[in-house]
Amino acid sequence: MIEFKNIKKRFGDKVVLDGVSHVMETGKTNLIIGTSGSGKTVLQKCLVGLFEPDEGEIIYDGRSFTDMSQEERKLLRQQIGMLFQGSALFDSMTVEENIQFPLNMFTNDSNSKKLQRVNEVLERVNLVGSNKKKPSEISGGMKKRVGIARAIVLNPKYLFCDEPNSGLDPKTSMVIDKLIKELTTEYNITTIINTHDMNSVMEIGDNILYMVNGKKEWTGNSKDIIFSDNKQLNEFIFASEFLQDAKTMRMLEAQGKMDGNGNMVNK
Amino acid sequence: MNFFTHFGKYLLMLKGMISKPENAKVYWKEFMHQCSDIGVGSLGIVCIISLFMGAVSTVQTAYQLVSPLISKTTIAQIVRDTVILEFAPTLVCIVLAGVVGSKIASELGNMRVSEQIDALEIMGINTKTFLVMPKIAAAIVTIPLMVILAMALGIYGGRLAGEASNILSADTYDRGLMQNFMPYNVTFALIKAYTFAFIISSIPAYFGYFVQGGSLEIGRSSTKSVVVSCIMILLADYALAALLL
Repeated sequence: MIEFKNIKKRFGDKVVLDGVSHVMETGKTNLIIGTSGSGKTVLQKCLVGLFEPDEGEIIYDGRSFTDMSQEERKLLRQQIGMLFQGSALFDSMTVEENIQFPLNMFTNDSNSKKLQRVNEVLERVNLVGSNKKKPSEISGGMKKRVGIARAIVLNPKYLFCDEPNSGLDPKTSMVIDKLIKELTTEYNITTIINTHDMNSVMEIGDNILYMVNGKKEWTGNSKDIIFSDNKQLNEFIFASEFLQDAKTMRMLEAQGKMDGNGNMVNK
Repeated sequence: MNFFTHFGKYLLMLKGMISKPENAKVYWKEFMHQCSDIGVGSLGIVCIISLFMGAVSTVQTAYQLVSPLISKTTIAQIVRDTVILEFAPTLVCIVLAGVVGSKIASELGNMRVSEQIDALEIMGINTKTFLVMPKIAAAIVTIPLMVILAMALGIYGGRLAGEASNILSADTYDRGLMQNFMPYNVTFALIKAYTFAFIISSIPAYFGYFVQGGSLEIGRSSTKSVVVSCIMILLADYALAALLL
């Protein structure tokens, strides 16, 4: 569980985070959503320590991250996996070397054992046989999966994903979402995802934090969104007519007035 | 940002890179990789420059020494001392500032922009220690070796040119090399080489590590790092000559 209280961050005169507090739950996919510039990425970077918040406290399972020394943070970070928006794979290394890198750095296992672990995670992300390919030789979706494989290779307790679906087609996005959801449940990790993808919000949003102008505007899960009367949230999530129709259908389904095939139920 | 802000950040980067490696084996591998990149990778250009600077020195010195009263062995002495004192350490290092410096700045800049440095930080790795220190260490090990090689090749290039242009025979050249030789010159050249190696690696590392923006900024910081390194080499060259000669 990651709890953060009253996080404030400003760059010059611009206030980016204005007292954000929330609890990210273990074993659930915790989503941070909001328009561009709402402070999602800055919040995530504060949580992992890439930015220092000006005020507030971050607590990882009862341990205050804000008060930790650099050495303590380094140890905690070995329990954190992160998938970056652009995957951030090391260009000069192959897929196998990328995934093996954290193992080389933090374990004293034999090469065969490390290779076995690499193959295990590659199988888990459905990339068997891609070991020797360079990042430049694989597609965007595959890069994301290699990024996930590298993030989970040390069995992290916390998984951060920054826009995991950006630049991917809807089908691949669904595959990535499903994979993240499965890993979260399987390993009981605390997953925090920054996303714009409405499909992700509706499919895997166990615990959603909606931010507007650096402030917490709304929290809930994907089911709560359907019935939420928050005007800003509705305008953000159900921006198009198509999505508004989808919302109406979901509401009717939830109220038992429509079946799963879109047919009205006559009572 | 003004000069003092840059200088302060540069010093903090150097301080930050001094920490215990997370895994000595991985760091050693990275150090060897950098030695190969910086040293072996620049060997070709260093050899070519050295041979030609020695050759040109011989021809031009002979052109200027027209008096029949001056022995031809003097040409070899002048070439030897110029190559050892100035050409091998300074000229080679200025060329290496372009070759190695731009490579270091663009490599780190690209890693910063594509979030690879952030990825390493998240893993719990001290990126200054892992990315900057092996580069500086590799430069300090390999560049003085290349300067020694440049001295030898420069002097040999002068000998070849002297013979080929019928300026002086190989025997006369060799005799000249032995006359009035001061071993301190080599020590001085090596002190320069170590200083320049540190400049060539640490300044581009600073510009690359702290780059902000996109590919345009990577190009700009790479160019800036080469310019600043060259100016710092020339300043250090003068300071060392004034202090040690």
